[in-house]
Amino acid sequence: MHPHVSIVNVGGIDLLDILKPSVQTFQDFIIMSGRAVRNIFRSPHYTDDILLQMDIIGVGSLPIVLFIGLFSGLVMGLQLSRTLATYGAQAQMGQLVSAVLVRELGPVLVSLLVAGRNASGIASIGSMKVTEQIDAMRALGTDPIQKLVTPRLIATAVTLPLLTILADFVGLLGGYLIAKYRFDLQFSLYWTSAWQVLEYNDVVQGLVKPFAFAIIIALVGCFYGMRTSGGTEGVGRSTTKAVVVSSIWIFVVTFFIGEIFVNLS
Amino acid sequence: MNGASVLRFENVCVKFGDAIALDGVSFEMQAGETRIVYGVAGSGKTTLLKVALGLVCPDSGRVFVFGEEVTHLDENGWFKIRAKMGILFQEGGLFDSMTIAENVAYPLVNRQTTQQRAAQNGHVEERVREALRFVELEGTLDKFPSELSGGMRRRVGIARAIVTEPPLLLYDSPTAGLDPITANTIVHLILKERDLRHATSITVTHRFQDGHLLANFRYNPSNGRIELVGHDPGDHVTTKFFVMHEGRLVFEGTQSELSASRDPYVHKFAR
Repeated sequence: MHPHVSIVNVGGIDLLDILKPSVQTFQDFIIMSGRAVRNIFRSPHYTDDILLQMDIIGVGSLPIVLFIGLFSGLVMGLQLSRTLATYGAQAQMGQLVSAVLVRELGPVLVSLLVAGRNASGIASIGSMKVTEQIDAMRALGTDPIQKLVTPRLIATAVTLPLLTILADFVGLLGGYLIAKYRFDLQFSLYWTSAWQVLEYNDVVQGLVKPFAFAIIIALVGCFYGMRTSGGTEGVGRSTTKAVVVSSIWIFVVTFFIGEIFVNLS
Repeated sequence: MNGASVLRFENVCVKFGDAIALDGVSFEMQAGETRIVYGVAGSGKTTLLKVALGLVCPDSGRVFVFGEEVTHLDENGWFKIRAKMGILFQEGGLFDSMTIAENVAYPLVNRQTTQQRAAQNGHVEERVREALRFVELEGTLDKFPSELSGGMRRRVGIARAIVTEPPLLLYDSPTAGLDPITANTIVHLILKERDLRHATSITVTHRFQDGHLLANFRYNPSNGRIELVGHDPGDHVTTKFFVMHEGRLVFEGTQSELSASRDPYVHKFAR
């Protein structure tokens, strides 16, 4: 009998064995995501759950999103004002704030906030898992992906772009307050330059990003929630993992989407 | 319905990573039978129930439920089979966000087609009340699971399991973590359900007393009492015992065979 020969064996360590759990996890994620997306077009549709999640994710996040949006505009305006004053380019304030907020900062900041707030949703799915409520759901004829994951996916994908639009607008308002206070910039000058700098490409980019991030936040959160094991401690672990993984993917994906749109322009 | 095969396992194996949860388990249950599954924690008792319910897919072997092979059934196919099964989970498995009434009504509402729902519209509430009356918790309709004690939650779990009057009932450690008095109440309810409806059931437990009660006592509907099984033909209770150890079914037999076993592990459950 021949001894087992591995394809990739370094110093007696089988690399395939090390990679196996990660590949398995990714495969499980893809399967769950596929089923969640497929369920959008299949009955039954849990409209009440979709509306409830929209309320939790959308309306629930609104105050903090507006607050963060306003202050990011204020801070950006404050920092830019010094640099712009150096070159005597104060009139460009609207353009800069608008371009940075709409293309990048708005989608990323709002998505990170929602990913953090989503922790409670992950914990709720996690505690359902450890108390056998998800098994009970399956036993009583309900597909947990249809009931728990798909409504969260739809709700996040709808509300996150809307929250981003509001955060962008409030951020621009913050930038204007600084422009008015520091340079006494005219209202029409600020808003016209802020509006005119935006091309079709920027607006699409600013909406595609939160849509993509919403899919990441909802699916990664639900995936780790549904895999929870190990009692209440496990719920905490899943929540942390989901928020960290979502945040990392948001930064990775924003780079690649940015790259695509930069090449398109 | 007596005599028809309700559940059959053929050499079923289940692995979780490197851990073997079920190792070549084979058995068959006929309609009307009661099985009590003994075993220490981690011996594969719960996995056995989850395979029977399609919540865990076997790595090898074959499973038949109500005479139909279900080994490779997809989730939608399982929903139809599960509609004929009732389960009490170890933790109760009640939905935290729903009231007790909504929890018990869930299988009735969820499994019905639109036509059935329209026809039964007024009956759902009646059936829910009836099931809760059976477990003596009719006064908890509008409460939430978090407002009930562990024993009460378990009783609501029984009400939810029996509300559709399924022909096969699975009880996963119904008395685990309960005080002896509450545990006896739970077993009495299982006994009462068995003797009133003659449903086939599997009860997983590690308590000798649970098996003893189910094998040797019966519910007398005429006086509503639990009585010792007599020698009349009508008193016949078809109870068999399984003992599981490290994923294997190491014993299958009657109570007298269990008591006579010389295997030290099996004998632990015979006292």
